[in-house]
Amino acid sequence: MSDKIPARDVTPDPVGHHEPRAVVQQEMYASRRHIYVREIKGFFQRLRRCANWLLMLAFFVTPWIQWDGRPLIWFDLPGREFHIFAATFYPQEFILLSWLLIICAFGLFFITVFAGRVWCGYTCPQSVWTFLYIWVEHRLEGSRNRRIKLDRQPMNLDKAWRKTAKHIIWLAIALATGVTFVGYFTPIRELVVELPTLQAHGWAYFWSGFFLVFTYLNAGWLREQVCIYMCPYARFQGVMFDADTLIVSYDEARGEPRGSRKKSLSHQQAREAGYGDCIDCDLCVQVCPTGIDIRDGLQYECITCAACIDACDSVMDRMNYPRGLIRYTTENALEGKPTHILRPRLMGYLVALLVMIGLFVWALSDRMPLDFEVERERGQLYQMTRDGRISNVFSLTLRNQDREDHEFRLEVSGLPGLEIDPDTLRVPAGASRRFAVQVTADAEVLELPSHPIQLNVQSQQNERIALERDTRFIGEARR
Amino acid sequence: MNNLWDDSLSGFWSAWIIVLTLGSIAFAFWILYANRKTDKVPDADGNVETTGHAADEIEEYDNPLPRWWFQLYVATIVFSLGYLLLYPGLGNFTGLLGWTQEGQWEEEVARAEERFTPIFAQYQEIPIPELARDEEAMLVADRIYQNNCAVCHGANAQGGYGFPNLTNDDWLYGGEPEQIMTSLVRGRNGLMPSFQTLGANNIENVTQYVLSLSDLEHEADRAEQGAAVYASVCAACHMPDGSGNQALGAPNLTNDIWLYQMPGQSVADSVRQTLRNGRNGHMPAQEAYIGAERVHLVAAYVYSLRFRD
Repeated sequence: MSDKIPARDVTPDPVGHHEPRAVVQQEMYASRRHIYVREIKGFFQRLRRCANWLLMLAFFVTPWIQWDGRPLIWFDLPGREFHIFAATFYPQEFILLSWLLIICAFGLFFITVFAGRVWCGYTCPQSVWTFLYIWVEHRLEGSRNRRIKLDRQPMNLDKAWRKTAKHIIWLAIALATGVTFVGYFTPIRELVVELPTLQAHGWAYFWSGFFLVFTYLNAGWLREQVCIYMCPYARFQGVMFDADTLIVSYDEARGEPRGSRKKSLSHQQAREAGYGDCIDCDLCVQVCPTGIDIRDGLQYECITCAACIDACDSVMDRMNYPRGLIRYTTENALEGKPTHILRPRLMGYLVALLVMIGLFVWALSDRMPLDFEVERERGQLYQMTRDGRISNVFSLTLRNQDREDHEFRLEVSGLPGLEIDPDTLRVPAGASRRFAVQVTADAEVLELPSHPIQLNVQSQQNERIALERDTRFIGEARR
Repeated sequence: MNNLWDDSLSGFWSAWIIVLTLGSIAFAFWILYANRKTDKVPDADGNVETTGHAADEIEEYDNPLPRWWFQLYVATIVFSLGYLLLYPGLGNFTGLLGWTQEGQWEEEVARAEERFTPIFAQYQEIPIPELARDEEAMLVADRIYQNNCAVCHGANAQGGYGFPNLTNDDWLYGGEPEQIMTSLVRGRNGLMPSFQTLGANNIENVTQYVLSLSDLEHEADRAEQGAAVYASVCAACHMPDGSGNQALGAPNLTNDIWLYQMPGQSVADSVRQTLRNGRNGHMPAQEAYIGAERVHLVAAYVYSLRFRD
């Protein structure tokens, strides 16, 4: 049994029936029981390990890769520039980030409807780092049984060095994680020199330290408690499940009644002797990183890492029983009903996901690396030039968000014979420049006190980079 | 603190705020303690107390708050009391740290000064004609100009009614670096007295003469009569030939630049109005507002306008 908070039957007694219930001292807040996770090999564990390695590699290596002389991914907060691969983004484009987050959310919903909590088991950083920490623990303190024994021992030299070494390696991994994380915000090649020589910025120390401490605590000490008590996803993923969602499940019909038996009994003989396929070896419980017994049915603690599947399959192989007593299956399949993978709910999420991806790709490809603002001169509405024409002054702000310098051609339209001065504006890469420009019109064309006009900038270097703004030309109405 | 506005409260309202604030905290603390439970021993029948709430036959235990939660609540109260002790929040009590918004602003100004002073000091070493060709410096100067000068002289420095255009080569007080500096440091006061006393006829004659000085359409005989009046009254400042005098700030009357010509107004009307009512142009001294370093930069900026294409 897992040591979840025990359930209590609070069904109201039938009227007139006052049989006292069993007195149970309720322990409201179960203290944590340390979970000794047994290491298991198998198909899904290989899959998970591959995913973990890839993700770790991506996380640790990315900041070191250079592109155009700058890190491949660099969130330059003080400079308010976000370099991602070949593109540079600015805070004004944060809408893209929200698209991206929406895509991630729909991706998560889609995969959850399809295959439950697989994100948690295979790719969630909490799991990835926890598995890495458990791997270190296993190498230093031995297998599950040896670890239990070691923890029960009084302190001795052997225990002391193993524990010390474990924590040192854990802290080293945490340090690498913290420094790498900060490396996404400040170029890591300089950071790894500055940090030990005490030349780095105070915040670099703070955040490296912050992520060091929390990586160590989360993956070393808290582990499954994060998944069970802290992670909000565990709380709402249940609403996305239905009877056709792939879940890790114990086939009760096949396994029960469980019990140990002589190994000499063949599958057939065991069946005839009234045994189910489950030999009650408890391996599925021992390998579970959240410490649940999958045979109790679907539980929200299950992170779908499939360790129990691999454990059970290895036992089934040894018993010469068919595999799959615990397997990825659906509630419908377990009940012998047909499973509909392509159901409307899943398709709905898929369509939403594809629409969001489409919008994101469109927004990204349509993204204009230019910001163009037009303000009317504040001092006066209009002026008269020496040759009797009417002029308006506009304050233009151009922000070149491209990686190369641009010379912009400025044009004005909306009234016949409009002239603009200056008509070329040069803005260096990444810079913002303000220009005062004068638009002049013949007094004769002004029929109204105010006419809508358009200002248009067009890059000479890249014709796709062009923007138009509406504004008004103010003068005196023709009398 | 020397405030323009005395924002302290009268004794009653100060006390009112203190009582309300501390009362609320005390009330929150009382609620917490009054509802505190410490034990949860089942009764003789083994029933644990419930709140009486039931949904789908699931009843809610009436349990004490988790201890960490309770302690967190107490901690927030302790925090708020500590905060009110250190920072202003209780009526007129300014807090032990003596923190004020104004102090924070002053700190930020001091930080900015510390950062920018060396940059400005560096620029101040550079002579104006050279500085005017420094692109970086002119970007900085543009900001100062836009914040302090553009409201009168325009975003593009082309001036407006009564405000001189800074982009042409017609200067009331001269456009050399020293003269621009003087205008900025000391300000200028351009006074054209009213000549109402000359009488309407003479004013009209002088107007026609002024038009003739810049080859504008005029009545020749009136202009001829005006010339004599001009020589005795106006030539002292505007010079006998009408070329103006930069030492006095008297405008050149022989070109086609008219400082006080409103859009739609004829030059003749403008000159008439000037003669009748006089003019008083005022350029405020800037050094007191923006400091010597910025004045130097702005002078270079104004000087640089002549290089604009």
